[in-house]
Amino acid sequence: MTALEFDRVSRQFATPDGRVYRAVDDISFTLEAGAFVAIVGPSGCGKSTLLNLAAGLLSPTSGVIRASGDALDGLNRHATYLFQQDALLPWKSVLDNVALGLTLGGVPRAEARARAEQWLARVGLSGFARHYPAQLSGGMRKRAAMAQHWIIDRSLLLMDEPFSALDVHTRLSMEAELLALWESADSPAAVAKKTVLFVTHDLEEAIALADEVVVLSAGPAARVVARHPVPLARPRDLMDVRTTSAFVDLHRALWMVLREEVRRSQRQSEPSRG
Amino acid sequence: MADVVDRLEPGARRPRRQTILLWQAAVGVAAVALWEALVSAGAIDAFFVSRPTAIARRMWMWSGDGTIWRHLATTLEESLLGLLIGSALGIALGFWFGRSPRLAAIFDPYITMLNAVPRIVLAPLFLLWFGLGIWSKVALAVTLVFFVMFFSTYQGVRDADRVLVDNVRMLGASPRQLVRHVLVPSALTWIFSSLQASLGFAMVGAVVGEYLGSTRGLGYVIAQAEGTFDTTGVFAGMTVLAVVVVIVSAAVSRLERWLLRWKA
Repeated sequence: MTALEFDRVSRQFATPDGRVYRAVDDISFTLEAGAFVAIVGPSGCGKSTLLNLAAGLLSPTSGVIRASGDALDGLNRHATYLFQQDALLPWKSVLDNVALGLTLGGVPRAEARARAEQWLARVGLSGFARHYPAQLSGGMRKRAAMAQHWIIDRSLLLMDEPFSALDVHTRLSMEAELLALWESADSPAAVAKKTVLFVTHDLEEAIALADEVVVLSAGPAARVVARHPVPLARPRDLMDVRTTSAFVDLHRALWMVLREEVRRSQRQSEPSRG
Repeated sequence: MADVVDRLEPGARRPRRQTILLWQAAVGVAAVALWEALVSAGAIDAFFVSRPTAIARRMWMWSGDGTIWRHLATTLEESLLGLLIGSALGIALGFWFGRSPRLAAIFDPYITMLNAVPRIVLAPLFLLWFGLGIWSKVALAVTLVFFVMFFSTYQGVRDADRVLVDNVRMLGASPRQLVRHVLVPSALTWIFSSLQASLGFAMVGAVVGEYLGSTRGLGYVIAQAEGTFDTTGVFAGMTVLAVVVVIVSAAVSRLERWLLRWKA
């Protein structure tokens, strides 16, 4: 089954000086249900625009986006979205933040809290239920945010460079936790795993986590320039996977493609900088 | 949880609380002593600036015969009413404008114009409209508090973090839930932060109103004393006002700290 489909999708923005900026141009791809797909591309290539389109926070200028077969109109109700920035509500405790998606959906408060407690335990934050987000470290806030989104159990998980602000070691442990959650596929409703669309500028992270890596061209008017399946077995040990020959070969092949796009994006930004 | 350690580590060295209190007291005592000494030595004339001992005696007398409590109660009542009414109007309108950019754009020049009016020139008008009683003072306090609260609320609603809004929408919030869980709390942080300023303005409004025409209140006491060149009375009135403001702001900042306890 197809979880998400982009059918010749373009999105333009009006710039402040009245011109038209084409962020993504004529992009088509499909995401099979249960797949973990990573999108990489140079900065400013419209990765976030792509996710906002998939989430339904933006609507395409032309083309159609289908979520589980239905053309998207408004927010994508099959999806949750883990943002790059901190998105926990600072005035709610960690517990209430995690329970939020349930209480918004009408789940009774006591039940929502009980389920949130379970999720906090799963992400290792049991002792921090009464804390406010500002009292947690960056890594802990990310874990709470993951719990906040996994608890409502949507089939599609959109992630926008979620770990880019973390230090290397915290980041590695967060990636491992993400894979553990995803591979455990515990959702009671569906036997299938969640579908994950993971945007990053880090090629290593993309290969280590995903089943398939999509490379976007430099913006404006970003297109898909390459798609590669990742031939690494699961479950993966993120500590070791980076040194396997399959990983290294794929990394080299994809970097050839990505390198050109990074160069192009740098060339394009030079004149405006000078 | 190795990553909590850096949060628990104290930041820059802060001065100890007792040390600060000690120095604060020392500065006050030194200033008062210097004042008293200069007057006693004849370096400055007590007729113009009175002297601390005379002011203290006057305040003691006032509190003894109870007159000052009546005036103080009036001023506090006017301030509180001004704060409540001004806040209610400011918050309501700020929220409304914050949610409706078109309305905000239309009324923007008028808000700016009204806010530019020096409130003191309104005082005689309010006396004319609302009489010598408390309501002309309340009205003056309202005109001051309203704008502080209006701008805070407007800002708070407008500046609600885009990511927070999107995140809560993705979690399934209806427009009404969005207002309740994101926009109102976001505005409240701004509103609480300006509570201190609003309260100060409310008291200024009340006292200035009393000063310009009334039959009681601290502003009235000060005006009466000035009318008879009674500098001791003027300073005693100002001291009472200052002490009350210090006490009330301490209470407000404690309340503010509690309401915004989620800010680390």
